[in-house]
Amino acid sequence: MADIRNNFVGIKSPNPFWLASAPPTDKAYNVIRAFQAGWGGVVWKTLGEEGPPVVNVNGPRYGAIWGADRRLLGLNNIELITDRELQTNLREIKQVKQDWPDRAVVVSLMVPCVEESWKAILPVVEETGADGIELNFGCPHGMSERGMGSAVGQVPEYIEMVVRWCKANTRMPVITKLTPNITDIRKPARAAHAGGTDAVSLINTINSITGVDLDSFAPQPTIDGKGSHGGYCGPAVKPIAMNMVAEIARDAETRGLPISGIGGITTWRDAAEFMALGAGNVQVCTAAMTYGFKIVQEMIAGLENWMDEKGHASLADIVGRATPNVTDWQYLNLNYVAKAHIDQDACIKCGRCHIACEDTSHQAITAMVDGVRHFEVIEAECVGCNLCVNVCPVEGCITMEPLAVGAMDERTGKPVSPVYANWTTHPNNPMAKAAAE
Amino acid sequence: MATGHFKEGIAGGRLSSEQYADNFSDLHPPLDHHEALVESDRCYFCYDAPCMNACPTSIDIPLFIRQISTGNPLGSAKTIFDQNILGGMCARVCPTETLCEEVCVREVAEGKPVQIGRLQRYATDVAMSEDRQFYARAEPTGKSVAVVGAGPAGLAAAHRLARHGHDVTILEARPKAGGLNEYGIAAYKSVDNFAQAEVDYVTAIGGIDIQNGKALGRDYQLSDLIRNYDAVFLGMGLGGVNALRTDGEGSDGVTNAVEFIAELRQASDLSGLPVGRRVVVIGGGMTAIDAAVQSKLLGAEEVTICYRRGQAHMNASGFEQDLAAANGVTIRHWLQPKRVIAENGKVSAIELEYTAMDGDKLAGTGERLTLAADQVFKAIGQSFVPAALNGSGAEIELEGGRIKVDAEGRTSLAKVWAGGDCIFGGDDLTVSAVAQGRDAAESINRALTSNGRA
Repeated sequence: MADIRNNFVGIKSPNPFWLASAPPTDKAYNVIRAFQAGWGGVVWKTLGEEGPPVVNVNGPRYGAIWGADRRLLGLNNIELITDRELQTNLREIKQVKQDWPDRAVVVSLMVPCVEESWKAILPVVEETGADGIELNFGCPHGMSERGMGSAVGQVPEYIEMVVRWCKANTRMPVITKLTPNITDIRKPARAAHAGGTDAVSLINTINSITGVDLDSFAPQPTIDGKGSHGGYCGPAVKPIAMNMVAEIARDAETRGLPISGIGGITTWRDAAEFMALGAGNVQVCTAAMTYGFKIVQEMIAGLENWMDEKGHASLADIVGRATPNVTDWQYLNLNYVAKAHIDQDACIKCGRCHIACEDTSHQAITAMVDGVRHFEVIEAECVGCNLCVNVCPVEGCITMEPLAVGAMDERTGKPVSPVYANWTTHPNNPMAKAAAE
Repeated sequence: MATGHFKEGIAGGRLSSEQYADNFSDLHPPLDHHEALVESDRCYFCYDAPCMNACPTSIDIPLFIRQISTGNPLGSAKTIFDQNILGGMCARVCPTETLCEEVCVREVAEGKPVQIGRLQRYATDVAMSEDRQFYARAEPTGKSVAVVGAGPAGLAAAHRLARHGHDVTILEARPKAGGLNEYGIAAYKSVDNFAQAEVDYVTAIGGIDIQNGKALGRDYQLSDLIRNYDAVFLGMGLGGVNALRTDGEGSDGVTNAVEFIAELRQASDLSGLPVGRRVVVIGGGMTAIDAAVQSKLLGAEEVTICYRRGQAHMNASGFEQDLAAANGVTIRHWLQPKRVIAENGKVSAIELEYTAMDGDKLAGTGERLTLAADQVFKAIGQSFVPAALNGSGAEIELEGGRIKVDAEGRTSLAKVWAGGDCIFGGDDLTVSAVAQGRDAAESINRALTSNGRA
């Protein structure tokens, strides 16, 4: 049986599935239920400094988009950090950690961007026995207007500064949570690294408006006729998050920096993909908020079964395995040729591949052959773009089949070359480097 | 003396009034808003969609379903009505399982087609409940068209002609418009007087004058119409019922199924409608099923359909056969009627003969069977009665016993078009009658507007 125990910057948990800092981890009641369900750890919902707690809106906090059958694809929220008393949270954290010593309890923090504030909160958190802290430099709404959250995360210098303060004032491991609302995720990651962070976690939520009420012309979620951008998360953000994880994992400056992957993780497969791209563990929120804590059971069993099936003994065998395969476009092999292939037995003849290709791509799929409704790839036109695969409602019906070396590419009339060749040396590239140089 | 369910002979009041109401409620209750959204999500929006090609009226099904899924049921209804102004009734009575839903790619993929008929009903119900009219009449052309028969073909033709600005007079022999939508079709497929609501909805466009109680050949002649109107559309359906041609056919208790169904549709109190304790229905089509199931629902104890060929030959769809079975109707195959046995002039039994294929011919085997019956329904097909067309001055050409038309619905007579069940090549479907009426109207319009005369 595969060993899925997780050791993330020294924080141990029975599995790599943590609940992200968010409403599901706001209080002991929820966290205990999560641990009972099997979650490996939690990042306690963000604590602020001592004093009157923040307040939340009293209207809708969430907006969403849905797919077919109203399956929730993307969620956005305008909830702020915890609105409970600091001491209440600290007391509960301490008790929970005592009661659940094998689970990871990390505390998310967000206080004003001055050293005194951080110096004040770090010892009281440390006193709870928590395993580590996560710096919330990500929340894009509300707190950012007060100079916290993503307002810090968008300025690499601030990130480095605050991380440095924290490292200097606590023995606890520091995880720096990054905002995706920037142009290049490597910059804040490098800054956190330079400040001495033990790890980064990403992504936090993305600025978003999920909808507009077309009767009141108000953005959603709507509070008394007005709306504000919220933080977007859920399955829809997973591709964005995975790219950012990979960018940090393969960056020369941050390579090897532990990453806690976050963003739309819903199944064991999502988690495995994040880990393959370089995440040492994962954090989940929207999936739990959609389906409840029980989903972790599927995640644990699914990950174990897959690892057993593939012969991966421990998480170390999979973390970062896909990272070397993430490269820049210019290094992709232009001599690789693939063609779409339609499995006629699986085809249900909906024709979507045809119309997608005909209207919007390369006119490479028939609709009719000898007067009969029949969808087949015209290899002489197919550029291997994969659109037909993506629009086909039957999984596995259309596949991309690579042409063997030496096989004729009917589109170009040339045999497939055995030589790897990319854009950097391509004759059409004015910047091409001559092979001899 | 047995009462209620077990009353001997042909009698009413076999059930409680609640049972009647329950038995004749909507066969397929309408989809609610949520159900319609969930179901519409299932549509793949196919290219050159098979469902659309299978629809005799070529409704753009993927488009109307997409419009439901995007919260635009009125737009959806217009998409339907653009092709089929009787889309509401067709949503209820079409044998979708042998048309659009049979070829749905999800039927192919998973044996569960998108419920196109019920979605069509959802959209058309929204538009009709809001009395939303989508079409305005064109400027009056000054042309007038006579339509014979206010059934699906006639109504579809009339609506399309009215849209084009022609004045339409519909001459209908029966007291009410609607044709088989009103007088045929099982009651549980068209509840709440839907047929009349639809007639009102269709004629609300204006320019359509329906005159009831006007029968061709009795109250007027075709030659009158040709003389008095710029064009004539014949959509009078089938007036005759095929006979069993057996001894005892004239006995009390032997009834044409179509007459029974019409009586049932018009009954204000179903408990007053008599039905036999043991009913035998002769036939294998939709009418046989409708008569048999409704007999059962009226409280008949035993209902048996006897069909002279095998299950695979039945015109009734698989769904209809299952419906009959689910309602407790027994369907027996390879039996043909030989003799109706009567006592004191009243049916008491029917004698049938087993049949088998002898080469490609059906033949009796000589073996006989007697089924007790106090009521026998004949549902072995209807026929066109050309006699009413006499007096037209010129003989209208027939084919296969029905009116011969070309691809546009033109008959052999100038100025005369035809459609629906009365033409050769019809398939006895409401939806096909609508398509033929609509297309003939377009042909008439082209004739009236291009040359000035048909």
